[in-house]
Amino acid sequence: MSAESPLRTSVTRPRVTGFFTDATLCIGCKACEVACKEWNELPDDGFVWSGLSYDNTLALGDSTWRHVQFVERSPVWKPSGPEPSWEFSSDVCKHCEVAGCLESCPTGSIVRTEFGGVYIQPDVCNGCGYCVVSCPFGVVDRLPHDRAFKCTFCYDRQKAGLVPACAKACPTESIRFGDLETLRVDARKRVEELRGRGVDDATVYDPVETSVRGIHAFFLVRGDPRTFNLPPKPESPTVQLRPAWTSAAAAALLLFAGALGAFLSPSRR
Amino acid sequence: MKERVPSPWTEARLEELRLEAQRAGRVAGTGVRPPGAPFPVATPETGYYGLPPLKAPTWTWEVPVYFFLGGAAGASAVIAAAARASGAPRRLVSQARWVAAAGAALSPPLLIADLGRPERFLNMLRVFKPQSAMSMGAWTLVAFSTAAGAAAFADALDRALGGSVPVRVVADAAGTLAAATGVVMATYTGVLVGATAIPAWSENATRLPIHFAASGLASAVGILQLLGADHPALNRLGIGAAAVETAIGWELERRARRSLDPLKVGMSGAIVRAGGVLSGPVTLLLRALGGRRRRWRSAAAWSALAGSLLTRIGWVAAGYASSRDPIPPLEAEGDLRPPKGKAR
Repeated sequence: MSAESPLRTSVTRPRVTGFFTDATLCIGCKACEVACKEWNELPDDGFVWSGLSYDNTLALGDSTWRHVQFVERSPVWKPSGPEPSWEFSSDVCKHCEVAGCLESCPTGSIVRTEFGGVYIQPDVCNGCGYCVVSCPFGVVDRLPHDRAFKCTFCYDRQKAGLVPACAKACPTESIRFGDLETLRVDARKRVEELRGRGVDDATVYDPVETSVRGIHAFFLVRGDPRTFNLPPKPESPTVQLRPAWTSAAAAALLLFAGALGAFLSPSRR
Repeated sequence: MKERVPSPWTEARLEELRLEAQRAGRVAGTGVRPPGAPFPVATPETGYYGLPPLKAPTWTWEVPVYFFLGGAAGASAVIAAAARASGAPRRLVSQARWVAAAGAALSPPLLIADLGRPERFLNMLRVFKPQSAMSMGAWTLVAFSTAAGAAAFADALDRALGGSVPVRVVADAAGTLAAATGVVMATYTGVLVGATAIPAWSENATRLPIHFAASGLASAVGILQLLGADHPALNRLGIGAAAVETAIGWELERRARRSLDPLKVGMSGAIVRAGGVLSGPVTLLLRALGGRRRRWRSAAAWSALAGSLLTRIGWVAAGYASSRDPIPPLEAEGDLRPPKGKAR
């Protein structure tokens, strides 16, 4: 740092960072949830016993920006005996390439950071709640008399050159943080490696084929991603804009034509 | 989320079983059924324990009421401009301009009250953002309120002065601008709810602008008639709007999809259907059969108004219900199934 001149002559473009959450490495310790709450000073989300495996957090929300899912299934019976199936995956804001929340935000509060993350500027958001209904992953939430909240991708830590709190705390490197494209390559390698070991149902969830055009926080899960509430075809709501506005224009023309026609047509009185 | 707390009874029974196991080395009877059982499971079809993958809207009652008022005001501005252009009686033009201005004045407070941080409402005008229907709506409302207010004010001034040409020119220019932004007011709310991730809304993204425009027109006609206007053009517009509403309701009922259930069943479905019947066939029949009878016309106006308000309330409520159904967002066929398709 000291070697660097304060008068920089060239600007280096910050790299686009990502999260690669590998569910096959997650042990369900919830250290990410705790680290996230600690760093971001988030309140608790209630002390409710859900009865749904070991998950009492249940979903991402205004005060939950990392959420460990516990997918518990009936044991599969093998000749060697019952084989339990209990999987864990740490859910997080996906930081979409085309983010519905960012597109729909009317105040410009939600921005794309230099690291490629999607960030809500706390002092700009006026809590209109349009991002809440625009997120195809149900991530953003708004408190009744407050603004919208979601994962910041630890923008403050990234700016300081630090790893996001959840990735830092993850004891098994199930949450990996780094250069997005490198992580994508690593994820493909990881799937190959798992296949080689007989884990033939490992799959990377990164909906690049949809209007979301890929996510910066992608996942490797076993089995159908829908089991983890990952929608098979998430769409950015912006795809509806063109047809909807076209329809609005047609309705507007009809309204004008109808009104003029009604007044200009000969009266029967 | 339903809280599941162990009951004293099951706890006592478990204690009994433990003692029995300790004493006899085995347990003969059955165990307990935990409260809340059977528990949901995580499957590809029902998702993660049946928990909805989408968030519920956060909008409060002010939003559907605004949809209703804004739509009526916008359509009223269009009626005012059409009446003015066609040389209809001045009184009708003034009335329609006042209805537009009143709706325009009531709309911003409703929208500000709905915000989580109302003191920051001006941030809506920080950016002009075509890809955000909410941003377009905020700017439209500003332009419409200004124009509709100016038109009504200039109209009143014109009458107070006993007819002043420059004032009338200003009133007509403002009235034209109010009509141009009024059509956006009457239609953009359909785009606003259509361009979201909520299945019951987004699957109707192309229908909602037409639906809401017809609804707004019907309510504007209703308000003007109840204020005493009885120009035959109003009844024609009322018949047209009711016909469009009938067609939209019929088409909606014909489509059978789980994602559309909130528009048909449950509380939200009941409201949408009640709104659809009142603003569609009921208004249509009252207007078509009533002829020029005043009481039938009033009944039609009330029916259209109630139908329009219920329609907006119902559609917003349906969004809430739709966001709670985990199935439709997970239904879409994609290329993201596990490569070798092993069901787990």
